[in-house]
Amino acid sequence: MSETVTQVAAVEARGVDKVFETRSGQVQALDSIDLTVAAGEFVSLIGPSGCGKSTLMRLVADLDEPTGGTVAVFGKSAKQARLDQEYGIAFQSAGLLPWRTVAANVALPLELHGVASATRSSRVAELLEMVGLSDFADRYPDQLSGGMQQRVAIARSLAEQPRLLLMDEPFGALDEMTREKMQYDLVRISAETGAAVVFVTHSIPEAVFLSDRVVVMSPRPGRIREIVPMRLGADARRAERTEELREERAFFDMVTAVREALHGGSPVGAGPRGVETR
Amino acid sequence: MSATGATTATASRPGRPRRGIGPRTETTLRIVAPVAVGLIVLGIWQFLVSVVGVSDYLLPSPASIVEELVAYWPSVVSATLLTGTNALIGLIIGSILGILLAALASRWRPVDQMSAPVVASLAVIPIVALAPVLNSMFGADSQFGRQAIAALASFVPVFINTLRGFRQTAPVHRELMKAYAATPGQVLRTLTLPTARPFILTGIRIASSLAVISALVAEYFGGPRGGLGGLISTSAASSAYARAWAYVVASIVLGLLFYLVTLGLERMLQRHAPQARRSP
Repeated sequence: MSETVTQVAAVEARGVDKVFETRSGQVQALDSIDLTVAAGEFVSLIGPSGCGKSTLMRLVADLDEPTGGTVAVFGKSAKQARLDQEYGIAFQSAGLLPWRTVAANVALPLELHGVASATRSSRVAELLEMVGLSDFADRYPDQLSGGMQQRVAIARSLAEQPRLLLMDEPFGALDEMTREKMQYDLVRISAETGAAVVFVTHSIPEAVFLSDRVVVMSPRPGRIREIVPMRLGADARRAERTEELREERAFFDMVTAVREALHGGSPVGAGPRGVETR
Repeated sequence: MSATGATTATASRPGRPRRGIGPRTETTLRIVAPVAVGLIVLGIWQFLVSVVGVSDYLLPSPASIVEELVAYWPSVVSATLLTGTNALIGLIIGSILGILLAALASRWRPVDQMSAPVVASLAVIPIVALAPVLNSMFGADSQFGRQAIAALASFVPVFINTLRGFRQTAPVHRELMKAYAATPGQVLRTLTLPTARPFILTGIRIASSLAVISALVAEYFGGPRGGLGGLISTSAASSAYARAWAYVVASIVLGLLFYLVTLGLERMLQRHAPQARRSP
């Protein structure tokens, strides 16, 4: 983590500890985490369950507070960044309000932050266009498929053009076809908006396809084991990530690199390369 | 989807489709069956009185009850209006208090813990038993005691249901609101109230019947005359049994009216939230 940051980093975590008090004693969820996410950078957090990847994202979102260390978002405290609405967020479940239409769900953050009605509706139309749901603006969430609901949630997270997107396994509940489509859309959208993304996942190919860097974490206590830079391209090339990329040799090499990092550095022997470990 | 819509519209709960019966037949059956039962019961009743010869003193015939109903129509209407007004005022005040206190209890734990024993005792004490006390407190010519009793009776189910509703917000929605840095007022308006809405409406529906019953029974314990309960007791006391029954019929109609209006309200406001109860 010695890289020099020319502009202010989207996320800067220094020596972050998180201890949860449970009935059976203390659980060290995160142990001295150092991580910098540059502005406009796409970083995935990957690791087995219990490695604290979601916890780390929640600390950045100020949904939880660290026990030790500091989390800065665009140079502010995480709390101030939340109050200033510096990030957009999407969870594993879409979390749409069932009594609101698709359009009203996307408009929710704009509405809460006092955006004028006319601006709001044009912005909502624009966002629904972006996620390809313009025809569904007046539907209710229970009339949509899981993938469509998740796209609404992503449109909602983008509503205020945040410089930082926090995503906690947003495609976890989707089938493989929808998932790949959504990944492609996300790459396109993040390139278009130039937002930094912190993306929690447990799918290696997903992390490789999407990210500039993949942060591999290990559990009990949650630590960063390795940060694997993806040679697939920096910000400039992100838009060029197409379906063909998934069949390129470089892609499989990267998948292997992340797998080996996950398995503690030992080469993964059995099985053909590129097989998904989800 | 359309089949579900049709059955929901005819008062069935979703998720319990009956196989083998078309929705139209089911609707017809739903209306015809209770009407048939009512007619049969009335027929047996009339038969018992006029053929078997059960005395009028024990059981007045349906025909004589209808006669009294017609003869005392203006009095029946004014009595129904009086009792209905008391019940309505009680229902509205009780519901507002129930919702407000539930909102406070869900927000501040101490309020919850302080209100729990009060609500539990209100739920256990037969509230109409307070009628004589309230009548003497507020004077014999005041309707206030009855309205207060109806309000107290309405308060309990509204409070309990609303409090439950306020606790149904999904964690993902709460976190979303936190991430949006929403103010407590915004959270209440955009998340907590819409989530609780079906529960609040159910509470009000239950309370509507209780309000009518309480307002009516409270009249048995003195106070100003002219309500349904007062007229039932004076008619019975002066051995005008058929007239007493006529007022009972009017009370049943009043209770039904309250129930159906609140049920309609529930349906109307629920139409756009078919799955509000399902957690994501």
